[in-house]
Amino acid sequence: MENRRFGNLIPHLVLCFGVGVVAFPVYLALIGSTHDAATIANGRMPLWPGSHALETYRRALTESGMAGVPVATMLLNSTITALAIALGKIAISLLSAYALIYFRFPFRQTAFWAIFVTLMLPVEVRIYPTYKVAADLNLLDTYAGLALPLIASATATLLFRQFFLTVPNELVEASRIDGAGPVRFFLDTLVPLSRTTMAALFVIQFLYGWNQYLWPLLVTTRDDMQTVVIGLRKMTSITDQLTEWQIVMATAVLAMLPPVFVVFAMQKLFVRGLVETEK
Amino acid sequence: MAGLALEQLRKTYAGGVEAVRGVSLDVPDGAFCVLVGPSGCGKSTVLRMIAGLETVTSGAITIGSRTVNEVEPADRDIAMVFQNYALYPHMRVYDNLAYGLRNRGTPRPEIETRVREAARMLGLETMLDRYPRQLSGGQRQRVAMGRAIVRKPQVFLFDEPLSNLDAKLRVQMRVEIRRLQRSLGVTTVYVTHDQVEAMTMADRLVVMNGGRIEQVGTPIEIYRRPATRYVATFMGSPPMNILPAEVVPGGVRIEDATIPVATPGLAPGAAVEAGIRPEDLRLAPEGLAFGVAFVEELGATRLLHGRLGGAELVVQVPAGPEPAEGAAIRLAVAPGALHLFDPGTGQRLGMPG
Repeated sequence: MENRRFGNLIPHLVLCFGVGVVAFPVYLALIGSTHDAATIANGRMPLWPGSHALETYRRALTESGMAGVPVATMLLNSTITALAIALGKIAISLLSAYALIYFRFPFRQTAFWAIFVTLMLPVEVRIYPTYKVAADLNLLDTYAGLALPLIASATATLLFRQFFLTVPNELVEASRIDGAGPVRFFLDTLVPLSRTTMAALFVIQFLYGWNQYLWPLLVTTRDDMQTVVIGLRKMTSITDQLTEWQIVMATAVLAMLPPVFVVFAMQKLFVRGLVETEK
Repeated sequence: MAGLALEQLRKTYAGGVEAVRGVSLDVPDGAFCVLVGPSGCGKSTVLRMIAGLETVTSGAITIGSRTVNEVEPADRDIAMVFQNYALYPHMRVYDNLAYGLRNRGTPRPEIETRVREAARMLGLETMLDRYPRQLSGGQRQRVAMGRAIVRKPQVFLFDEPLSNLDAKLRVQMRVEIRRLQRSLGVTTVYVTHDQVEAMTMADRLVVMNGGRIEQVGTPIEIYRRPATRYVATFMGSPPMNILPAEVVPGGVRIEDATIPVATPGLAPGAAVEAGIRPEDLRLAPEGLAFGVAFVEELGATRLLHGRLGGAELVVQVPAGPEPAEGAAIRLAVAPGALHLFDPGTGQRLGMPG
């Protein structure tokens, strides 16, 4: 214990090294986005900021360059999709967990296991039938098509279920005596109590939605519906012209901003949602 | 205001467990009725059936003149205080008190008046803006009671409300609950496993065991004239001593001593069980032979533990140096303090006392 100060040194060095490894590529992207095409194309990546930042970002955001649409459009698509997925997942999981815990109905256990089993069926596994359904419902190239198939969530349902199990039963009974029916209890007590859990899920699911690649790739055909992740990929693989790497870097930086914002804004609630046991 | 009546109340759980096996009880208007018994005796189940939180297997629950078996808890005109208080953690004290009234569509000014009134009665006026987590155990307890009071119900139900408090606070809240109930005059059913709480608070004490009522009466009736051996040993601390005895002409014989007691209807030679409270035994020049194995000092009194023949015995004597551990003494029974029970059924025998 007396050696605490010294004993902390090595872990800190290791941590600093780790941060460096993770942060360096991000730094490189940031730097790359401030130079012009020629500087990057000559093969020697500079380590200090250049002077073309404003121009690069303006072009990336407004010009329909390599991806066919401006980054602003793609960011909007991504944001709408990720928000719809995160909020949709939370709404659906809250309701299904509520049903699982607080209502006795035939095949309740079956329903629980059915939800549980879908953990083993991510989009990649059920891609063909899901695509067929989306196509038949005319959902291709729509926001609904981007978000709906990803909304059902076993993880979130299970997380809410675990949380509801810790809510004391006496609270339900007190509500019943206070004249609150099932809907009132849900809205007045359960939802406010789930606030931190919802925040944690929102962060996780927003990132999940934002980072989707395969499904948006399949379900969108029009350039103006593509998400920023798809657009980014498209930019790096064009064949008939030179890849403007400074624009790609700028797009990458821009694509990173909304998730970073969400994480920072909800950090406190997020941590509390994951560790909180106090009731 | 209204009384409460239970008639042949039964509860059988889905698994076939019989938690309550025919409980009939009348609680007069304004009475403070305490259900006491060991855990698993069905007392909480009875309370929860009155509240409407458990379904009734058979029998009837009547509040005032209305049978409420099928009525929703919210419409039974009852209010309940839970063991863990069950305050809404995300609501301020004010909203905790007002919630039930709001759900009933009580007009705002009326809610305001009632909440302020309850807060004043319970000394919570300065805490209305706090959250439950910012309150101490005793204050939370008060908020839970406030939530019951604002509703102005016909019946209060308490489910072991003091068991989460420390000993000192418990004594204080005991008095407070009793005072509050008297001033409001609301019929109350109070469940506890603590026999001191039961003795001190009840107008009407109900001792339960194994899903049945063993005895109903005032605390003094139950203490002085326990109807069964079970009640005799459950109520009172330290518990009543039970000794094997034999009926002889003019009394009963315990070991080698004969104690004069009326034994109407008992044939000489019959085996009985004799119950003697520890405080009804005193040192005497002759009587029951008793070896003091060890002594518990309680300050005002001392408890002598030891054996009398084959049975364990506890004697309560005034403080003083004598007798010491290891002493061989003789004990006399205070006149009229002997209770006789049937060794088979545990029922009280005869009319002694």
